[in-house]
Amino acid sequence: MPAGDRSVLERSPIARLPDRALRYGLTALALLILALIVYFFVRLVGEARPAFAKAGVFGFVFNNDWNVSAERFGALPLVVGTLITSGLALLIGVPVAVATAIYATELCPLRLRAPLTVLVELLAAVPSVVYGLWGIFFLAPKLQPAEQWLADRLSFIPFVGGGTVTIPNYFITGLILAIMILPIVSAISREVMSTVPSDHKEAALGLGATRWEMIRMAVLPYCRSGIVGGAMLGLGRAIGETIAVTILIGDAPQLGSHLFGQGYSLAAVIANEFGEAQGLHRSALFAAGLVLFVLTLLVNGVARALVLRAARTGGSQRSRKGQPGGLGPRVAETAAGA
Amino acid sequence: MSVPGAPSPQLARFAVSPARRRRDRIARGAILTATVVALVPLVLIVYYLLRKGLGSWSGSFFTTNPTGNTFFKSASIGGIKSAILGTVEIVALASAISIPVGIGVAVWLVEYGRDSRLASTVRFFVDVLTGVPSIVFGLFIYIVLIVGTGSTYAGYKGALALSLLMLPVVIRSAEVILLLIPAALRESALALGAPRWRVIFSIVLPTALPGMLTGVLLAIARAAGETAPLLFTAGATLKTNFNLGQFTNSLPVQIYSDVTSPTTAVVNRAWGAALTLVAMILLLNLIARLVSRRSRLA
Repeated sequence: MPAGDRSVLERSPIARLPDRALRYGLTALALLILALIVYFFVRLVGEARPAFAKAGVFGFVFNNDWNVSAERFGALPLVVGTLITSGLALLIGVPVAVATAIYATELCPLRLRAPLTVLVELLAAVPSVVYGLWGIFFLAPKLQPAEQWLADRLSFIPFVGGGTVTIPNYFITGLILAIMILPIVSAISREVMSTVPSDHKEAALGLGATRWEMIRMAVLPYCRSGIVGGAMLGLGRAIGETIAVTILIGDAPQLGSHLFGQGYSLAAVIANEFGEAQGLHRSALFAAGLVLFVLTLLVNGVARALVLRAARTGGSQRSRKGQPGGLGPRVAETAAGA
Repeated sequence: MSVPGAPSPQLARFAVSPARRRRDRIARGAILTATVVALVPLVLIVYYLLRKGLGSWSGSFFTTNPTGNTFFKSASIGGIKSAILGTVEIVALASAISIPVGIGVAVWLVEYGRDSRLASTVRFFVDVLTGVPSIVFGLFIYIVLIVGTGSTYAGYKGALALSLLMLPVVIRSAEVILLLIPAALRESALALGAPRWRVIFSIVLPTALPGMLTGVLLAIARAAGETAPLLFTAGATLKTNFNLGQFTNSLPVQIYSDVTSPTTAVVNRAWGAALTLVAMILLLNLIARLVSRRSRLA
């Protein structure tokens, strides 16, 4: 007989203990993650403070003067290097990635679809340092004559052409980054394209549209924000990419005179100089890390909002749960995240 | 769609004009070309890795430590034993930390947090973690464990940096799989009188295990190839080390330091090490794909 006013079906307080322990234990774990991130951020700001105090936040980011021996730290060459290379990566990588996604979802014979997807995702399995190794010893020397030709033809555009092409340069870095972001942009585009209702596509075809017209009028407008979001996630990756960039960008702490010249990036400067940095120099590198962190945070925030919105418009057509192959862009990103 | 034979004059009015047909063909051709272009780097990378990497593979390549002799032609430069073992040790420790924590957080999100405000905050922060550049994780660990304690590099610090990197991948993939478990399964267990923790440990987790394994393997594969977070957490060293409290070598760091060498033999060692690393990662990816195919949930 139960003691007190406990009902027959109720568990004894001791039997309920493991339940409570699990519940609070897991909640504590989740809270720990929040606390950890906030703690890291606060500490990073703290370590970066001396560098910001010397030049001011604005001065640190926009002064074109990175001189370690003179202890002057203006990160403009690094910021510009990061933006140029990741911008190039988007410019080259996104059209190719979207094209592969279109091919895989709309044009490809059904039997080739799975192998094609796996092959593109294998690009994500190659480690960054291997891309750097391959880029510097194979791609860069092989492409140098072509780059020189391009630089000569484009010499009328300031900052783009003219001058001699060095083996490590902005352009080749952007090209490697384009290859590196291809799998993630492609995976998200594919995922968003698979949410286009077949009614829309069939309606376009039924009205006499060719395949391409169907893609242009029914598929692409429907997926626009999802594709842009995928591209932004790719941009976030490209901005934060470190080792391949360090190997390929040339590690010259000045603003490159043109697109085919050597430069530096925020991530590369940390990887390269942190080992022997002391005092203010180290603080400046922490500040560079903070700028990088904030930059990727902004880009990823915008990207995620766009991808989620795209998933929601697509999600009204089909339920999220229990739809194999339609798990949504978050999974696509995880799969391509390696 | 083309009609066989000559179309009747009535139908010809609806036929696709040559200009539109040409545009369709050009656009499709361009899309196919871009797809092929996307696969070219993969083929080239694999080809060069095999050509250059297999050449430097030999028995002693895997059984000797790097010697650090790079300037004298007569001296042996050594192999990559310490790098392989170091990578295995560091990644194993990183997995031992991030997998239980990651799955725990995912279980909390699905079973307890659900749509509460705290749960969406946690989801948001997990998404933030996904976007953090890997080198920043290295900086985090450096600040907390090296500046904070006044000590120097150590293998376990590298493992902690990698576990931070793996955490969001594990949480996300596990959460997705847990969401796929039919509610009826949980409800029938609860209706039979099982307490919540029994439902989680005996019903939810075993059902989700094969599916979660895929995400876990992908996270491990991602961590194994990372260089940046290890540079100033685990350090670089020559000797094989079974004590993660000291400097620990790893394959990516070994490759990175070999790439910058002017000596051809050392660069060849980098190719051999790269082939080893890529083979390890591809193997993990392959297993992940096979597991996900066998899982009934995903």
